Amino acid sequence: MENYEPKIIAFLCKWCTYAGADLAGVSRLKFSPNAIPIRVMCSGRVDPSFILDAFSKGADGVLVGGCHPGDCHYAQGNYKTLRRVKLLKALIKEMGLEEERLRLEWISASEGNKFKEVVNDMTIKLKELGPSPLKKEE
Amino acid sequence: MTKANIAFYWASSCGGCEIAVLDINEKILDVIEKANILMWPVAMDTKYEDLKKMKDKSIDVCFFNGAIRTSENEELAKILREKSKILVAFGSCAHEGCIPALANLFNKKLIFDRAYKETETTMNNEDTLPQTSFMTKEGEVHIPEFYDTVKTLDQVVDVDYYLPGCPPTPNIVEDAFNKFLSGDLPPKGTVMAPVKALCDECPRKKKDKMIDTIYRVYEKEADPEKCFLDQGIICMGPATRSGCGHQCIKGNMPCTGCFGKTPEVTDQGAKMISALASVLAVEKELELDEKKVEDLISKIKDPVGTFYRYSLASSFIKRKVIK
Repeated sequence: MENYEPKIIAFLCKWCTYAGADLAGVSRLKFSPNAIPIRVMCSGRVDPSFILDAFSKGADGVLVGGCHPGDCHYAQGNYKTLRRVKLLKALIKEMGLEEERLRLEWISASEGNKFKEVVNDMTIKLKELGPSPLKKEE
Repeated sequence: MTKANIAFYWASSCGGCEIAVLDINEKILDVIEKANILMWPVAMDTKYEDLKKMKDKSIDVCFFNGAIRTSENEELAKILREKSKILVAFGSCAHEGCIPALANLFNKKLIFDRAYKETETTMNNEDTLPQTSFMTKEGEVHIPEFYDTVKTLDQVVDVDYYLPGCPPTPNIVEDAFNKFLSGDLPPKGTVMAPVKALCDECPRKKKDKMIDTIYRVYEKEADPEKCFLDQGIICMGPATRSGCGHQCIKGNMPCTGCFGKTPEVTDQGAKMISALASVLAVEKELELDEKKVEDLISKIKDPVGTFYRYSLASSFIKRKVIK
């Protein structure tokens, strides 16, 4: 367990958070390599099935990154994401998973530093929680 | 003309599906004319030993209802698979787990503790719990093992067709009988019901959805003309397969999702969460901060029981994590 490195599946919206992650990269910021980014057109495109599928396949955490409220390229996508993530948190809690394993963050294209901090912070918290219990069953 | 051989079996179920066969009323006589019933636990006394002696593939169609909860359920599923040319998961339990699978929120120990020790009417001072074998004066007695997790039929054996519903409605059952007895078979793996969502056949008046509060069924008398979701009552219609004749809707009760997911969907509850989130006070986003959204969502008292009432065993996560 000492060598445990959490695996985070990160769904990042093309317009803000993915660009923010890109900025973190080109700015040569150093941060945990635990997040695996998946670019989506909008955080509203992230179907709850994607998140539950990731957990069922052993992801230790799922990060959803979208534009700040009011900034969504498609006007309302991130508001829907907020509701989806809140509903999913209630669901995974009832299913016995820690709700901290699912995280929603608003990160704009200029916030490379915030992306770095979120990934670092989530990695630390997931290390404290330990590996996903769904991973052990396999 | 030789008659077809058909069989019914109940595993972990309430028994309703066994009776649902008779919901087709006098048309059962047409079925009897074309088929011999070899096994039907609710109506006939077929011994397991006799079943084991049958030749492989000697049953043409086996309608298997009920989920897999005990080692007996699993053993019979495997025997019936060997003996049957076509195995049909009949009803929601065999198809997606249904109500028995809600026990996946607990495990064997928690269920036994509740049922045999903690219930208010139980006196069990010696903490006696069921054992798989024990000695009596007459010899050793064996009873089936109770599993931690309820499974669907297709998680244990290969399944050819599915009939959804809790229980499958007469039109669905009749249609399936006709197809099997005439040999007009759909591709393997077909769920024998329409492919569209229930909203498609629902006659209620629908408008652009904007829910700013959520009611439980008992908290509000629903207007029988209007869409339940428009009235703030959670209805599983958007994420549920049609074909039931919207019986619950006609009775002024919202859909709870027994016909299961539509094709191409893996997880019915996830789809309902997606649909509900899209209409949950989104138009009031500027007034609602995260806390207020949380308050609204906290009105859904039991997310698993609401979104996965019939499909927990076949969902992505399948059971609660119990440490």
